[in-house]
Amino acid sequence: MNATDKTAPRGVKRSLLAAAAMSLALLGVGASTVEAQQGKTFRWGAAREIASLDPYSFGETFTLSVLNHVYEGLVRYTGDLKIEPALAESWETVSPTVWRFKLRQGVTFHNGAPFTADDVVASLVRVTHETSPLKGNLPAYKSARKIDDHTVEIEVNGPYPLLLNDLTNIYILDKEWMEANGASLPTDSGKGIKGFATDNANGTGPFVVESRRADARTVFVVNPKWWDKPQHNIARVEFLPISSAATRVAALLSGEIDFTNVAPLQDLQRLSASPEVKVLQTNELRTVIFAFNLKDKLFESDVTDKNPLNDIRVREAMYRAIDIDGVQRRAMRGLSRNTGALVAPAIPGYTPEQDARLPFDLDGAKKLLTDAGYPNGFSFNFNCQSDGLVNEEEFCQAVASMWSRAGLRPNLSLGPRSTQTPKRVRGEFDVISFGWANEPMIDAYSILIQVMRSKSGSGGVFNWGNWGRPAIDTLIDKAGVELDNAKRIPMMAEALMIAKREHLFIPMHNQPMAWAMRSTVAATVQASDNKPRLWLTRMR
Amino acid sequence: MLFFIAKRLVNAAGVMLTVALIAFIIFRFVGDPVELMLNEQASQAQRDELRQRLGLNNNMLVQFATFVANAARGDFGISYRNQQEVFTLIAERFPATFELVLMATFLSLAIGIPLGVYTAIRRDTVLARLLEFISVLGVSLPSFALGILLILLFSVTLQWLPAFGRGEVVQIGGWSTGLLTPSGRLALIMPSVTLSLFQITLVMRLVRAEMLETMRTEFIRFARARGLTDRAVHFRYALRNCLMPVITVTGLQIGNLIAFALVTETVFQWPGMGLLFVQAVTFVDIPVMAAYLMMVSFIFVTLNLAVDLAYAYVDPRLREDAVAGTANGR
Repeated sequence: MNATDKTAPRGVKRSLLAAAAMSLALLGVGASTVEAQQGKTFRWGAAREIASLDPYSFGETFTLSVLNHVYEGLVRYTGDLKIEPALAESWETVSPTVWRFKLRQGVTFHNGAPFTADDVVASLVRVTHETSPLKGNLPAYKSARKIDDHTVEIEVNGPYPLLLNDLTNIYILDKEWMEANGASLPTDSGKGIKGFATDNANGTGPFVVESRRADARTVFVVNPKWWDKPQHNIARVEFLPISSAATRVAALLSGEIDFTNVAPLQDLQRLSASPEVKVLQTNELRTVIFAFNLKDKLFESDVTDKNPLNDIRVREAMYRAIDIDGVQRRAMRGLSRNTGALVAPAIPGYTPEQDARLPFDLDGAKKLLTDAGYPNGFSFNFNCQSDGLVNEEEFCQAVASMWSRAGLRPNLSLGPRSTQTPKRVRGEFDVISFGWANEPMIDAYSILIQVMRSKSGSGGVFNWGNWGRPAIDTLIDKAGVELDNAKRIPMMAEALMIAKREHLFIPMHNQPMAWAMRSTVAATVQASDNKPRLWLTRMR
Repeated sequence: MLFFIAKRLVNAAGVMLTVALIAFIIFRFVGDPVELMLNEQASQAQRDELRQRLGLNNNMLVQFATFVANAARGDFGISYRNQQEVFTLIAERFPATFELVLMATFLSLAIGIPLGVYTAIRRDTVLARLLEFISVLGVSLPSFALGILLILLFSVTLQWLPAFGRGEVVQIGGWSTGLLTPSGRLALIMPSVTLSLFQITLVMRLVRAEMLETMRTEFIRFARARGLTDRAVHFRYALRNCLMPVITVTGLQIGNLIAFALVTETVFQWPGMGLLFVQAVTFVDIPVMAAYLMMVSFIFVTLNLAVDLAYAYVDPRLREDAVAGTANGR
């Protein structure tokens, strides 16, 4: 066709150009449908079903991470957990409490509607509505205002350094679509009314929901009009929940699924032995610690007049009595990362200095207990969950026997998360196993404000055992309004160091996480937030 | 007869109410749904407010009364986790469970009856003894272990059958069926075998016992004396007389299968009601748990009622008893 261009008369040339443009357009459409038919299908075997297609319906990290393939926020995390622009192109702080976001132009929702400032405002109103379970994900939000079609201002309650972190999890829905379908407000379990967005989705993300059959299969197909340049080559994703671990492993070995984001630790060797399967193993953001009851009295003990755990020597003795290598070997199959810090290395606020552990020293532990006045130890309640952390039952049993060797008498109380959590919330424990990932904000401020801050206002929701110190509170409150990271992060590190020096908690390990994939998957990005990102995944 | 039916219906309603009451007493101990519904960043005030909105702060009896009043109007509320109407959730999953149970029942009869007859009439052969031994194993082997063994053999090693799921399903109105597609039929094999194993051995032992009993009766001896073939004696006369209790037990066991399919459904990720219930327990999804328990007790009560009515129809003495307690003395 190019050859004819030069010699062709004008009229012909114009019509040829039109034809070329038309065929290009056709080709564009044709290519995407051909790709959809012949392209790669990625079969994802997950450990559980997502709660809903509505990203504001259930405050669960896993559901949000799956829905991130359909819906997107103003900003997102890269594969190495740095914040980068997504639906917003750029942002600035107009004043310490007002952020202005410039929105990306030319983005469309899956139904073809353009993405504008109205959608952002409507989404923020919806997610912060009083019945929204995700309201807590945007704690500083005060109001949002449209400046023009592609500019939005968000006002926060006070200077707040973590707005961008919070916004990574606030997905944008289409205003007209919500209004047309009566879904402008989140569903409310209390009222018992179901919502349109529960079974239908209309986002801007790299994949479009094609069909959904709960507990069986949810199908996503590629969004050919995605604003970002796709790095993946996946045409279709089949999301297949398989709750039984043994079945999931079998399905991977037999080639019925290509990938699982929850490979059971006890099966990793077997999976690696298969030439078709590759295991991706690393440590996640979640740090496992033991936390004490630091109130005036123990909950369940033979010492009733005072609380031995309030004596730093007792806490240090319990720390020194733990043979962490033994725990790692016996309970964690050698896969956990031992740590002396209360947050993972990828979390801002971590310093290598925090990571040094007290050595395992049984005689030292016994001597400390004698010095503290408990040469014969004491009994206490030790609350662990059977379905919470990775191999929690095993490592709790291992540690309980180590404490027994030091002369203590832990009464291990094991039960499912749903029954143990209420006891923890009521403070009915003396020692608990506790895991904190600092998600979704991926910042040490999360554990500081939620766990270590003394209960006050919105702080210390998880402060179940009277943890924390006034000095830590002061640092947390200062860090909470400091916008300059160069000052803010050292404040958090200092607060964590105080907790470490006082042995307010016993740090244990960063949890292992394992994905497994068949040779059909060429490469993917495994970040320590344990979220699969299929838009960064390539197949063979 | 009408009085009899009315009395049975009142009993049935009483049973269901009792089940619901016990369920609500148990729910207090399964945990707190709010801790699972909100994520780590929610404040205490938000937690308290949600608990209030869900009515979890109310007295247990008030919660129970609200549930019964709503349920009587057919409103089971929405699931805490899925935010969908509980009734729809259960109705969507019922076909999967029903097809599985139906297939398992068919297998238990198709395999159990011939095996039962064989072990009764050839009870001294090695094969019969072996089958009896296997039947003991079948009773004692837990179904999840059997399921996993089948998966390892037929999915991983031989790659003949799918390890999980229901295959392609066809939607006919409100009913989804896997029986009309090849992949759906293949997917049904292992779960239904797993679910039916206990049932097969049950039917086999029942038929065997009944057969041995019947073979000793006068009319069998008379039939033999008339010179009828073994085949006719065994199948036309003896077996027919054994089938009544088999049918009764099978009918009643359908309720059991529906209720206990949850283990099989979990192993094979079979998207039925049992899987829904297991999830609901994990997430303390009280509306789903309550509705599921009501549903299962309804099935039990209905089956029992049907059996009672059938008996009453067959055996007039039962009816007389119900009409007037002193009927016997007349």
